[in-house]
Amino acid sequence: MTKPHFRKLLGALVATSVQFGTLGFAFADTTILNVSYDPTRELYKAYDEAFAAHWKAQTGETVTIQQSHGGSGAQARAVIDGLDADVVTLALEGDINAIVSKSKKINPDWRTKFENNSAPYTSTIIFLVRKGNPKGIRDWNDLVKDGVQVITPNPKTSGGARWNYLAAWAYANANDGGDEAKTKEFIGKLYANAPVLDTGARGSTVTFAQKGLGDVLIAWENDAYLALDEFGADNFDVVHPPTSILAEPPVAVVDANVDARGTRKVAEAYLGYLYSKEGQTIIAKNHYRPSKPELVPPEDLAKLPPIKLITIDDPLFGGWKKAQPYHFGDGGIFDQIYKPAQ
Amino acid sequence: MADPEIKSYEPFHESHSAAVTESRPARAVLMAIVFVFLVVFLLLPLIIVFKEALAKGVGTYLESLSDADTRSAIRLTLLVAAISVPLNIIFGISAAWAIAKFEFKGKAFLTTLIDLPFSVSPVISGLVYVLLFGAQGLLGAWLKTHGIVILFAVPGIVLATVFVTFPFVARELIPLMQEQGNGDEEAALSLGANGWQTFWYVTLPNVKWGLLYGVLLCNARAMGEFGAVSVVSGHIRGLTNTMPLHVEILYNEYNAVGAFAVASLLAGLALVTLVLKTLLEMRYGAELAATRGH
Repeated sequence: MTKPHFRKLLGALVATSVQFGTLGFAFADTTILNVSYDPTRELYKAYDEAFAAHWKAQTGETVTIQQSHGGSGAQARAVIDGLDADVVTLALEGDINAIVSKSKKINPDWRTKFENNSAPYTSTIIFLVRKGNPKGIRDWNDLVKDGVQVITPNPKTSGGARWNYLAAWAYANANDGGDEAKTKEFIGKLYANAPVLDTGARGSTVTFAQKGLGDVLIAWENDAYLALDEFGADNFDVVHPPTSILAEPPVAVVDANVDARGTRKVAEAYLGYLYSKEGQTIIAKNHYRPSKPELVPPEDLAKLPPIKLITIDDPLFGGWKKAQPYHFGDGGIFDQIYKPAQ
Repeated sequence: MADPEIKSYEPFHESHSAAVTESRPARAVLMAIVFVFLVVFLLLPLIIVFKEALAKGVGTYLESLSDADTRSAIRLTLLVAAISVPLNIIFGISAAWAIAKFEFKGKAFLTTLIDLPFSVSPVISGLVYVLLFGAQGLLGAWLKTHGIVILFAVPGIVLATVFVTFPFVARELIPLMQEQGNGDEEAALSLGANGWQTFWYVTLPNVKWGLLYGVLLCNARAMGEFGAVSVVSGHIRGLTNTMPLHVEILYNEYNAVGAFAVASLLAGLALVTLVLKTLLEMRYGAELAATRGH
């Protein structure tokens, strides 16, 4: 390569950069951004399409919904730091309250804006077992038996894992009449049966479904069915324990952002339509529990059998503010009962 | 070289290997360790990337690459690299020029500053921009009133990428230019060349291979950066997801083929970089070694 060649190369580099520089991003009529958490990807992919069609039919306007997914807490942080969300659909009430208190972008009365405390869908924790359920796992007490390997993520790092833990706690508490020493022993046995604690819920699903480790996966109901779709229904069975815990992921319009962008009307309609017949049906089809099941055709509810559900606000837990440090804080109950296998 | 003491040792050594004293078995073991290490930690993962990407056939592979979100991630990564690499060429040459050719106070400090992105975790590199440009950050309010969007958009991603890739070009050029000194430039100037001509016809040709080397590394990192970009991206599908971020998303959706297909493109880029680098070294090895000073 001679000197002129080298200069040509430099020139070509600059020319390419100019070309790429002109590749702009074209926006459709109206765009709104839904900042959500990880497991709702499939749900909102389907719902966004349905809402855009509905909005077009109703108003004639074209709306494009952009999606951002990540850990619920990190997503709330991004909105606080300026991610221009029109609506947030997060895992925990506390994450939306953090946006309220740290950025004032959402009005404090957000929970009253939509039905069912602004939770259009709920979810619960269930089991996924190997096909034919060879270990006969039906209820939480089957998880502490000898020779049963339980796959669940680490509650220190995973939000989903905390729900798993608390669901087991609720069962044990009811079973031994509120004797906390016995409940602790039960939870200790359960985690002693866990050969590995992944850092997140999806990591655990991969460990169970792809790497073939363990007899039972404790998972979100929607995640269990998703794994069934993804890794083959002939390999696994879903088991609903008689009792579990109720999670109510909330939604809210980000008031300051929609007022600045002039998108309030469409953002409110977007969240409101989640409560419609079509919205609730899409929710059920994606294995979340609709808050208005009466709107949903019964065949779509078949996979979501009614089970006895306890909420985090039950006196047993006293809400996340109390449960978090008590169970998962440094030196909390989980630290006391869990000793990693050597 | 006329030192008799040194000469007297020469018969004990094989030619060209004066520093090697290990026995043949020891050498074989060392080489085997290196070889096994390279195969297990570099070659196998690379093979697995391509194996997983093609697990459901070439058709599925191509299909997953033509997905709209994937295409937009590829476009964004190319755009970010196309902006940040030329910027780094300009910054790198300027910084190397200033440090190598001039004497000034704070030179050592400037050199350390250039190395800073290497010693800082990429996540911190991203967080710095959140603290600076975020809504709660130092300049957040000012940016908002002036309608300037940096964070969670392309400018933020470019800034974070420029930051983490900053040292690549400068670090290649500084030792090169320092070694070469000012002699050629002084000669050119005394023969009547102006500053620009001196740079274009004297300095640049002198450092061209080092520069190209730096650009290659810089480009590879610009396209592959995950941590810093993840913090400032906002993860908006089809808009602010770069290829590495998109790989993670696809993997979390249990879309292994899609994830590894995008990963295979990144791996392919790494391979191309490697080949170019090797070709450069083969053809201009002597020149590179002479000018790079190691």
